[in-house]
Amino acid sequence: MNRVAAKFAELSVLGKKALIPYLMAGDPSVDVTLKMMEVLEENGADLIELGIPFSDPLADGPVIQKATQRALKNGFRMSKLFPLVEAAVKVISLPIVLMAYYNLILQYGTERFIQEAMEAGVGGLVIPDLPPEEAGEISRIALECGIALNFLTTPVSTPMRIKKAAMASTGFLYLVSVRGVTGERRSLSLELPVLVKKIKRVTSLPVAIGFGVSCPEQARELASLADGVIVGSAVVNRMVNDNPETSYREVGAFIRSLRQAINKEDILKEQRTD
Amino acid sequence: MNPDSRGRYGSYGGKFVPETLLPALAELEATYLQCREESSFWAEFQDYLSQYSGRPTPLYPARRLALKLKRTELYLKREDLNHTGSHKINNTLGQVLLARRMKKKRIVAETGAGQHGVATATVAALLGMECQVYMGEEDIRRQRLNVFKMKLLGAEVIPVHSGSCTLKDATNEAIRDWVANVDDTYYLLGSVVGPHPYPMIVRDLQTVIGREARTQILEATGRLPDRIYACVGGGSNSIGIFYPFLLDQGVELIGIEAGGKGVGTGRHAASLTAGRPGVLHGSLSYLLMDEDGQILPTYSISAGLDYPGVGPEHSYLKEKGRVRYETVTDRDALEALTLLCQTEGIIPALESAHALAGALQEAKEFPDNQLVIVNISGRGDKDVPTLAGKIGVER
Repeated sequence: MNRVAAKFAELSVLGKKALIPYLMAGDPSVDVTLKMMEVLEENGADLIELGIPFSDPLADGPVIQKATQRALKNGFRMSKLFPLVEAAVKVISLPIVLMAYYNLILQYGTERFIQEAMEAGVGGLVIPDLPPEEAGEISRIALECGIALNFLTTPVSTPMRIKKAAMASTGFLYLVSVRGVTGERRSLSLELPVLVKKIKRVTSLPVAIGFGVSCPEQARELASLADGVIVGSAVVNRMVNDNPETSYREVGAFIRSLRQAINKEDILKEQRTD
Repeated sequence: MNPDSRGRYGSYGGKFVPETLLPALAELEATYLQCREESSFWAEFQDYLSQYSGRPTPLYPARRLALKLKRTELYLKREDLNHTGSHKINNTLGQVLLARRMKKKRIVAETGAGQHGVATATVAALLGMECQVYMGEEDIRRQRLNVFKMKLLGAEVIPVHSGSCTLKDATNEAIRDWVANVDDTYYLLGSVVGPHPYPMIVRDLQTVIGREARTQILEATGRLPDRIYACVGGGSNSIGIFYPFLLDQGVELIGIEAGGKGVGTGRHAASLTAGRPGVLHGSLSYLLMDEDGQILPTYSISAGLDYPGVGPEHSYLKEKGRVRYETVTDRDALEALTLLCQTEGIIPALESAHALAGALQEAKEFPDNQLVIVNISGRGDKDVPTLAGKIGVER
């Protein structure tokens, strides 16, 4: 079992839901990203989604676009990615899931990328512009190397497409909560409960919901529906400070509040089942 | 050729898009494949092309210009005489009929030079649809006339501030909009780029250029041309004129890319000449990028060619060796433009001037009695402010 699947299995036994914050590698610097990953772990994250800056992030809203630009402007290069992961796994024990646009992997060389990812200690991979039907080669290599591939499914996916994504995924299924790009939303889609049920009918894979999560209340709501919650723009937004210390404090407090809200849901659920 | 079931031309093409768009692409493909079999769809398209856009466009023998070329017979395919001033209308008329068939209420599009934006705003007005056009801030600045036209036609022009503020970024924003509004919105893509089935649909709609040219050149001269030149940004006017000649092995096809300040300077937009295969905007094709795969800023005097990618079928045609791709610089294009103005009284678009410049350059080495067609994809009114700045016509 790969590290991502193992983490979800472990949480499931404990009756816990996964909190998965997102960071942009190299925003504002690789050093801050590294330190921030420790902050995330200390404050209750279960996995970390680490975005790789790409010049044309098609699936991302303004907050993550800006983070991308900051990271690239501050000198992020692909050569810094795996050393960052290597340094991270020495100080934290959470599985790291990379979020990479496909062109970056293609140019690195698919085989080389997966191989080095494995050696560095990467747990899994999300590729937002690679649908399962284009993923034959990378699926095979990732499976050999024990890297979890996690495909996306959306409110407009047909049952057949949900099944396709689930069958190709080896960690979790990434449910995009909205029609649209990443970024905070004031309210969550009312169709989510039905959607999650629809997904759970076709797969036993853990489901993590992302896109649009802005506050602890929403995180709690989503945790009640699925197996994990991914929080991206709301975290990245709290990193736009001149002083990294402020970022560590703000993000730390935010993650803690998300954790508490999600735990409350876990407790509520325990009481309900009692 | 038709792409395979995964939308590939050889190894190029495909559907590299966020999951949210896959059902929409499947719906578009199904609708188009159905329409493609219906003679009534093509009849309506043809009616609009002739009654609304004024097709067929002439194939004009440019005799005075040909005098400069010695022993060359030169014909210009006058796409500039289309309604809205370029070949872009061929594609937008066809796609808006698809949008109507799919019962979409709203159209989004990207535009670089503004030619596709104007052509989209025009057909949206024609069929009474809501229309929003994304345009890079930099392009808005250099193509004010087209911005005004789009607004006059009832479209909303949304400035794009991200990235390099040009066509690439406008395309990102249009796709993001489509992802968010996929239920009621039709994305009217303006070139043979993007995920399958767009490169196929846009190509099919643009082949009217080549089909007409083929008939016209046979009527005028009794034979097929030796060479056809067309400019290549995304590559829709070039594939449109090349496609009906692909099987005529004696016809040499030459695509001219924007060489900007010169390919050696790094300031250009010549994806096929200086790029390598990668994935952008939903398909695998030649791209200008750095070692990591980050897309590079491009440069051309012509906004319509200022794009880091190219249609996947062009990548395939390059690989097969069926089409030869060359570059010309800003300066060469400007010279060709001036020459066409002063010998024939035709002001071509800066984009089309690249195709002409390519032909003029190679004409020095032509064997005797060459029969040449150059595709004049659009007219140059939109470029007059740029030209005035560059060649000082105002004096």
